[in-house]
Amino acid sequence: MFLWLSAALVYCFLYVPLVIVVLFSFNDSRLNAEWVGFTWKWYGKLLHNREMLAAAMNSLVIATVSAGAATLLGTLAGIAMHHYRLRLLPLLVLAPIAMPEILMGVSLLVLFIMVNMTLGLVSVMLAHITFSIGFVALSVQARISSMDPALVEAARDLGASPWRCFREITLPLLMPGILAGGLMAFTLSIDDFVITFFTAGVGSSTLPLQIYSMVKIAVTPEVNAVSTLLMLLTLVVITVASRLSPTLFRAQ
Amino acid sequence: MPAIWCWINTMRKTMQGKAWHKYLLSLPPMVYLLIFFAAPTLIMLFASFRYAGEYGGLAPWYLHEEGRLTLDLTLENWQRLLGTDIYLRLFLKSVGYAVMTTLICMVMGYPLALTIARSDRKSRDLLLLLVILPFWSNFLVRIYAWMIIFSPVGALTRMLNGLLDLVGGGPVTLMYSPTAMIICLVYVHLPFMVLPLYANLEKHDLDLLDAAQDLGAGKWRRFWLITWPLSLPGITAGSILVFIPVLGMFAIPDLLGGTNGIMIGNVIKQQFMESRDWPFGSVLSIVLTVTAVAVVLLGARLGQGRGGRG
Amino acid sequence: MEILDLLEIVDVSRRFDAFLALDRVSLQIEAGEFFTLLGPSGCGKTTLLRLIAGFDQADGGDILLDGKSIIATPPEYRPLHTIFQNYALFPHMTVAENIAFPLRMAGCAKKEIQSRVGEALENVRLPDKAGKYPDSLSGGQKQRIAIARALVNRPRLLLLDEPLSALDAKLSEQMQLELINLQKDIGITFIYVTHDQSEALALSHRIAVMDHGRIAQVDAPSRLYGYPNSRFVADFIGKCNVLAGHVREQQGDCVTVELDGLGPVHVCRSETNFGVGSRCALTLRPEKIRIGRFSSIPGASDTMTSMSVADTVSPLGDESHFTGYVHDLLYLGDVTVYNVTLSNGILLETLLANSASGRTNFFEVGDRVEVAWSCDAGHLVLD
Repeated sequence: MFLWLSAALVYCFLYVPLVIVVLFSFNDSRLNAEWVGFTWKWYGKLLHNREMLAAAMNSLVIATVSAGAATLLGTLAGIAMHHYRLRLLPLLVLAPIAMPEILMGVSLLVLFIMVNMTLGLVSVMLAHITFSIGFVALSVQARISSMDPALVEAARDLGASPWRCFREITLPLLMPGILAGGLMAFTLSIDDFVITFFTAGVGSSTLPLQIYSMVKIAVTPEVNAVSTLLMLLTLVVITVASRLSPTLFRAQ
Repeated sequence: MPAIWCWINTMRKTMQGKAWHKYLLSLPPMVYLLIFFAAPTLIMLFASFRYAGEYGGLAPWYLHEEGRLTLDLTLENWQRLLGTDIYLRLFLKSVGYAVMTTLICMVMGYPLALTIARSDRKSRDLLLLLVILPFWSNFLVRIYAWMIIFSPVGALTRMLNGLLDLVGGGPVTLMYSPTAMIICLVYVHLPFMVLPLYANLEKHDLDLLDAAQDLGAGKWRRFWLITWPLSLPGITAGSILVFIPVLGMFAIPDLLGGTNGIMIGNVIKQQFMESRDWPFGSVLSIVLTVTAVAVVLLGARLGQGRGGRG
Repeated sequence: MEILDLLEIVDVSRRFDAFLALDRVSLQIEAGEFFTLLGPSGCGKTTLLRLIAGFDQADGGDILLDGKSIIATPPEYRPLHTIFQNYALFPHMTVAENIAFPLRMAGCAKKEIQSRVGEALENVRLPDKAGKYPDSLSGGQKQRIAIARALVNRPRLLLLDEPLSALDAKLSEQMQLELINLQKDIGITFIYVTHDQSEALALSHRIAVMDHGRIAQVDAPSRLYGYPNSRFVADFIGKCNVLAGHVREQQGDCVTVELDGLGPVHVCRSETNFGVGSRCALTLRPEKIRIGRFSSIPGASDTMTSMSVADTVSPLGDESHFTGYVHDLLYLGDVTVYNVTLSNGILLETLLANSASGRTNFFEVGDRVEVAWSCDAGHLVLD
């Protein structure tokens, strides 16, 4: 009883703040203080906010490209980590996940400036790929280790060449893990603030950066509206990902 | 004859050898991470021994004097760190905030994880999903939610001040205080504690509790003598996952902590983005890195020690 | 012309780091044979099977199929298929697609694939499962689909890696009969790996017992059971009492053995020539030992009668007999196992069928009993 009660309280703690954000995005008042009346106007305003739209576009482009690249590299890493006893690669894959994000942000900033790279979309993408590889690799690795190694041998035994075996057996069976990892990389990229903060330049602002700069100035319902939309997008992507690989989110 | 097929076999092993596949698979991600993760970390270590550039950034690390190249490196940045106790105090304060956040997460997360682990299979997935969902909503949105709650015009502050007014206390602001910051830190990192804890608790053999009851242990004794010790690896994992990101946090102190709530992350951010003193920023980053690595290694060792018994 | 064996394994060795999994193993397997590799886990039987299939490379030796070396042939080019322990049905393909897989790899025409898959499904009596995915099949059905898939393009050889270990006892017994009939019908050579000696005895034409990477004995099941050539084989196949001793004299096929602490016994029909004085061991199956109530007048027991009612032991001319106490007993329903302590402290396992009506056990713990066996009941091995 005591357990259930405390658990219920913690669930409230988790959800009340988010409910408030969503609720006030429909509130007909500049102040996020009390309920005045229902309106769509903050969403309407968003549509005319050029900076916000540009940031949303940047976010999508960055997330798509970085998720694609991270999926490719992460899949290779995941397969390699499963098949061979490697020392360096697992360390390189896992360390970025374990370190505070700010460290990756500032060290990448130093690197980009040192090689005279202009900060922009490309630098943000490169940074996002770096932290996404690990998540994809773990997702793929989890999928392979749940795969019966006899399947590959069976395919060879029944006449498949190594390449055909990979194409017909290994790849299709890994697909859910790869896609789930890719979608996770996508949402991580869309949501990332810290690393983007250090590696973005002029004109490459993303949604989280945009929210940050607005929030620093004042709390306005427009932010609630964009937050609500962002939550909705993440929710959709994650739902799809968890359908593809139900075990993945437990392994997290 | 045997010699010939021995030779064929060796040839085959080299041609078909896994070495080729191994490099095809592992080299691309490895090279990428070496360039964009390992190299920057090393560069930062190097940067901590360099002078700051005149207009921010880094000064060249060599001098071209009288046709000779001389290294232009310095220990000044490290001396600056150790010269005063400002940074030590800042660091200890950050560690203190992180420890406090971790403990609160543990106190709040344990009953939750236990409830989920002990509920029946069907509701378990749903309850777990409910913990994960807020975790997948945007980090800034989650901070922003608390900015609304703590805002001076918000309902909570007004209600609290109304109450304080009745008993004759002065008005308080919730926003921009370490308290607000820690509540938000807990909010953001709670799932990191609950998930590993749940993963551990779920694996417990419930027969152990029945056995303990059978042997005469009461409810609390069963918890403290069976469940708690067995869950220590989960607590260790969860604590590391909470402690490390909190230690390096800058956005939450920035937005909610006010002047009192400054953490080491804020100073690092300041060095890189505002004062543009990169070498000193690098020094602080390295201190943070070393701390994080030490905590991970300590946790791994603790986990191993228990693995033997459990 | 010399008749070639179908599969010939010559001096094959395989080493994993410090562990020698196969130590110069040689075997000949004939066409149409049901051949079993039997041994405890870690004896090298699965390693040998994997070498034959081509999943693993030998460190030395050769494997010949129809007289041609296949040791350097990748698994996809070897005309043999494997039934895996957990069947290894491809989970993302339907039953029909699974069976079509080897035909597709061999480049068969679509029409032919279709008809042969249908035929294969008929053969395993599962034609209605064509569109189903393996996950929805029971263990026995999975097994049959795995067999259909492995046989659909008619391999020369079928390798089976403990295929019955994932099934429960009843189903396993039923599948044993199916395997025997299947092998008889199609006449393809089966090489079967198992650690279960009763499975091996029931199924095989010949069995190779393996131990620590070597072949301990290759023989037909009945010979393996009746005439083990070593303590290990005797112990591994069925239950066996092993009594140590040394040879006192040998006349033709009759050997007199001095058993340690028990004295001399006669052993007839020995095929080996033992040197006088050499250490040996007498292997005695529990069911070949007779057990009877102790008679107080030794030697007068020929008056005590029939053997089926096991109240006494009649010491016939060529019979060895000893006295002891029932140490413990194990009631198994059809039979009761009595462990008898002999005078030298050795425990002898004997059993009696509970054939008399209305009685459960003939003896109780602590009863003084006599045990006896005839001179051709035991088999002598070098120790």
